Amino acid sequence: MDTVIRTENITHTYSPGTPFEHVALRGIDFEARCGEYVGIIGRTGSGKSTFIQHLNGLLKPLSGRVLLDGNDIHASKEATRAARFRVGLVFQFPEYQLFEETVYADIAFGPKNMKLTPEETEERVFEAARFVGLRPEELKKSPFELSGGTKRRAAIAGVIAMRPEVLILDEPTAGLDPRGRDELLDNIDSYHRERGATVIVVTHSMEEAARRAGRIAVFEDGKIVMSGTPTEIFRNGPELERMGLGMPKAALIAERVRGLGVPLGRDIYTLEAVRDALISLRKGGGGDAT
Amino acid sequence: MLRDITLGQYFPGKTVVHRLDPRTKLVMTIVYIVALFLAESWSSYALMALLLIGMIGVSRINAGTILRGLKPIVVIIIITAVLNVFFTRGEVIFELWIFKLTREGLITAAKMTLRLIMLITGTFLLTYTTSPIALTDGIEALLSPLKKIRFPAHELAMMMSIALRFVPILIEETNKIMAAQASRGADFETGGIVKRAKALLPILVPLFISAFRRADELAEAMESRCYHGGEGRTRMKKLGMKARDFVTLAVGAAAVAAVVLVNFLP
Repeated sequence: MDTVIRTENITHTYSPGTPFEHVALRGIDFEARCGEYVGIIGRTGSGKSTFIQHLNGLLKPLSGRVLLDGNDIHASKEATRAARFRVGLVFQFPEYQLFEETVYADIAFGPKNMKLTPEETEERVFEAARFVGLRPEELKKSPFELSGGTKRRAAIAGVIAMRPEVLILDEPTAGLDPRGRDELLDNIDSYHRERGATVIVVTHSMEEAARRAGRIAVFEDGKIVMSGTPTEIFRNGPELERMGLGMPKAALIAERVRGLGVPLGRDIYTLEAVRDALISLRKGGGGDAT
Repeated sequence: MLRDITLGQYFPGKTVVHRLDPRTKLVMTIVYIVALFLAESWSSYALMALLLIGMIGVSRINAGTILRGLKPIVVIIIITAVLNVFFTRGEVIFELWIFKLTREGLITAAKMTLRLIMLITGTFLLTYTTSPIALTDGIEALLSPLKKIRFPAHELAMMMSIALRFVPILIEETNKIMAAQASRGADFETGGIVKRAKALLPILVPLFISAFRRADELAEAMESRCYHGGEGRTRMKKLGMKARDFVTLAVGAAAVAAVVLVNFLP
């Protein structure tokens, strides 16, 4: 798989030279391959949100480069603008940016800015609505009439309608109920699969990271301190605890089950893995999930 | 984006100026402004400048911060200076078409510019060194004698403190919304006036909605803590005049007297 987006040692400081100076990023080397699903975890204030705003050129690094397909996205104004459309960024609580009279018009805002034809815009809006599970009649409503969860989907559709090759979401499930969370993450999964897009999700949920991400990057104090598959990351349980992050609930359940004398295998971090391990134990297998 | 707004911003610190009673600082600022308008001769200007520089020094406010604060009013200063240079009657030293450059004009323009810069810097010093809460407490205390004639001093102070409190929040909100719309390819920087005004719509609509939402939430939070206006309300932090306040006020009074006296000197 080819690298689609890469950062080379980027640093960022807010309000440099004032009493409010704050160093947010201290040299980040990161890359995401084509079609990869990357989870970003880290405590509040560890630089995650600042980092993702560098990936579509909203923020300019103090030093270092951001490369999209090997080209610096700050090489020219046109390059930065092009990067905005290729790297879709969904902010926290994106429902607060809805502004149009209808959901349809709001989702069409991005495609229109891309100067697409009306036919193409329409196609993209319906496609995006399908990805996030919006019903056609909901497209005609005012975005302010919708429920909180539906508003959020409409806002995410507004980014998906640009058909970004890299879709980045900052805590997309914050404040949603459990079913809303699962549905939204399934929607993102289907965009990931069907379009072969690279997906980067910032999350505070270890469960979501363990279950959905192919690779996890751990942020602490403006640096990436760990990066690897969920198994590689969650093997460092004590280290994660020290950072104030903790383990997925399934890992704790597996630990308790092992404490009861059941010979459950290593590296079990999702509920599905617990279930599979228990079933294979009953069938008389070894029980090792790996 | 909108990050560099220093207008009315508070820079926390622990200097004598920071710790002065807000009432003292408010009164001193008014006294300072009055003195500035009484000043006429160069020597009285020099005295005022000395006083201002002394205050800045004591409050340890960064010179760069003050210069940045002056940036938004540069245009006003230039216009004032140009108008004064060309439209003051007096001894003509240079003439071009209908424009007459006079000696008196140059002097008035220089003094006007100095006066404006010192006026802005002096009043900024108040907000730089006084937290918004202390400032509104001070205003309420100074206005409270007017409560006798049913002047809503407390309500006014509360509205001011809420408005001040919301300035940074709304700036942050605006930045967030701008970033989000820019992520969808919104362009705020190119095009003619109509296009730019239209480009503001995707920012203004969400901003207004969020302002109303926040106002609702704040009202609810205040009511659930039994806020019912100023009547019978006590304070956790009472204002109190200390020795340093009286010294400052005495220095202020002396400065005004000195400026008036020095006016008679050349």
